[in-house]
Amino acid sequence: MRFRPGASGLALLAVCSLTLAACSAGSLGSSDDAGGSGAVEITYLTTNQDQDVKEAEQLAKDFHAKNSNITVKVETRPGGTEGDNIIKTRLSTGDMVDIFNYNTGSLFNAIAPQKNLLSVNDEPWVKDLDENFKKTVTADGQVYGAPVGGFQGGAILYSIPVYEKLGLTIPKTWAEFMANNAKIKASGGGVAPVIQTYGETWTSQLFVLGDFHNVSSAEPDFADKYTKNQAKYATSPAALKGFEHTEAVHDAGYENKDFASAKLPDGLKMLATGKGAHYPILSGVVANMVATYPDAAKTVGLFALPGDDASKNGLTLWTPGGLYIPKTTEGAKLDAAKKFQAFVASPDGCKSQNTAGAPTGPYAVKGCTLGDDVPKAIKDMQPYLDKEGSSSLALEFLSPVKGPSLEQITVEVGSGIRKAKDGAARYDEDVKKQAQQLGLAGW
Amino acid sequence: MTVTSARPSSRSEASPAAKAAGGKVYTPYSFWFYLPTAVIYAVLFLVPTFASFYYSLTRWSLFESKFIGLDNFVMFFQEPALVKGFTNTLIYAVVTSGSKVVLGLLLAVLLTSQIVGRGYLRSVVFFPVLVSTVGVGLLFQVMMNPERGIINGALGVIGIDGPGWLTDPKWALMSIAAVDVWKGVGLATLIYIAGIVSIPREYMEAARVDGAGAWDTFRRIVLPLCKPATVTVIILSLIGGLRSFELIWAMTRGGPGFTSDVISSVIYKQYQAGFYGLSTAGNVILFVLVTAIVLPLNWFLNRKEVDM
Repeated sequence: MRFRPGASGLALLAVCSLTLAACSAGSLGSSDDAGGSGAVEITYLTTNQDQDVKEAEQLAKDFHAKNSNITVKVETRPGGTEGDNIIKTRLSTGDMVDIFNYNTGSLFNAIAPQKNLLSVNDEPWVKDLDENFKKTVTADGQVYGAPVGGFQGGAILYSIPVYEKLGLTIPKTWAEFMANNAKIKASGGGVAPVIQTYGETWTSQLFVLGDFHNVSSAEPDFADKYTKNQAKYATSPAALKGFEHTEAVHDAGYENKDFASAKLPDGLKMLATGKGAHYPILSGVVANMVATYPDAAKTVGLFALPGDDASKNGLTLWTPGGLYIPKTTEGAKLDAAKKFQAFVASPDGCKSQNTAGAPTGPYAVKGCTLGDDVPKAIKDMQPYLDKEGSSSLALEFLSPVKGPSLEQITVEVGSGIRKAKDGAARYDEDVKKQAQQLGLAGW
Repeated sequence: MTVTSARPSSRSEASPAAKAAGGKVYTPYSFWFYLPTAVIYAVLFLVPTFASFYYSLTRWSLFESKFIGLDNFVMFFQEPALVKGFTNTLIYAVVTSGSKVVLGLLLAVLLTSQIVGRGYLRSVVFFPVLVSTVGVGLLFQVMMNPERGIINGALGVIGIDGPGWLTDPKWALMSIAAVDVWKGVGLATLIYIAGIVSIPREYMEAARVDGAGAWDTFRRIVLPLCKPATVTVIILSLIGGLRSFELIWAMTRGGPGFTSDVISSVIYKQYQAGFYGLSTAGNVILFVLVTAIVLPLNWFLNRKEVDM
């Protein structure tokens, strides 16, 4: 009996807080519109990675310095598939913030841009964008996004001290790469030839995804055929290589001992301290590594994933993220959001991003330059970009078909749980669902 | 036969509730009194349930849906991860449920005996039940780290080279099940304590007079008279095991690869990937599966109880 009053009190409290919550949610929505004096506040949604937040806040600050009546508030969301869900849910419920940062390429296609996003086709800054980038934010002939951040390379970061000590040269073919690994392992000293960090599953995909330049130089029409359901990872010898390479480094015992549980920061630590020699990863992680280990700006370099043919070796590129305005943004906020978008896609915007930390790679806006003090690994990307035919976009920017389970499959292949061929076949099954969901012809 | 069928009907004539169903006679509540709850019930439970049955038959992107019949169900059953997830779910449910029954009963026997600090010990066993599942999962993930975790560190001291609890495909699912048992055994113990305490003292005393030892008392008195508690523990922990998700997601996300995937994590991953129709179909299947296992089991266990 003694519990009764307490219980009903609790119920009362619950009901009250519910009503309160309902009230505050409603009033929040309406109070935002009170901006008659010309001062506008817009909200910018970005991912919660350290570097992204730093960059967003720097952009907001520099933009406010130029447009004192507009304040940009930075809001964060998780990355990965969880973030995809947040974006989709908020767009479909009309609850999206004024301007947001999201992927380009296949993920951009999956958020129904024609229906949800504002076309920026007629904005003056669009003509200054890199053509490759523009393609990845275009749907039905309309451009929808501005680039935020730089290009990224899917490549191998390597430890220069290890290379110097053993007198190794940068490999251009897979055979040379494996020969280097053998030498590193034989030299002892506990240096892991290849760093793998399956504690964070997305890092396991680089041997497959970063190998795409080699795939497309062997089979130039792979992306088109892939979209039309005519080419498969399991049956294309060039594409299968990525899975075979993932398997090969495991079978040869070249991975670090704790590959199954290590996470990205562990991998970066190994690389920066010379405990690991090669780390296949996106160049976007360099900024984080340099922030934690300043020496790594000089001791870590980058080379493209080696393939079969040394003369065709080149870098696989990821385009910058896109900055989009949802159709739900209106009035003064819309004008402010457009101004912010134009600022980010201008040389001033690039400069602002340079001050926030090391860039991930070259920018997609004409007139933007990387600072002089960029880390060695980022500088190493430039020769690939400068030479004709030495770089291509990753498959996810050329084809909307990308399965969600690749990272689990590559973890299995790289841990010896599944064979390369089997993994590739399983991935082909996985992408089928995505293609059907998008309603592509031929699936 | 006529007698048995006549009796309920005559009884129902006397019951006011049955009359109310006829619609003529006085009930304590007017129609309007029911309306608010009926609306809430319909909006929050009926509509979503039927909507989910509909959406499980569509290809749904949250923005638009296209009717595709039973394709989602066909695809869900062709999913290679599903077979693994299906067997893993059953293994996980049976292992955790079984361990909770055995451990819960033994702990309850211990905690109903005359030991020092009984109240304290009882609350300590129950404490993990109150802690956040995700918190427990993340904590054990750190402790089970093969190189830097405290568990393998402790095993190393006594000369055992511990396995990669969560990174070795052979161990991953069982490691999670062990944590689940640790976290959930308190509830089973609580139910068993209630069951044991309600057994009249006289039975034990009579048995002792007849010369029964500790084992006989346990076997012939405590065990059979705890049957209702056992049924409750089995049903609750089996349902919990079949739909378990948080702990698995916090500890391995179904990994390494797909080796510790269960049905709910397969469904969640499809939802994450944006296959909303497909994952809704998965949920319908999970619902049917849980019902198909638990309903007969419940009937079977309760029938035994009546027979006794």
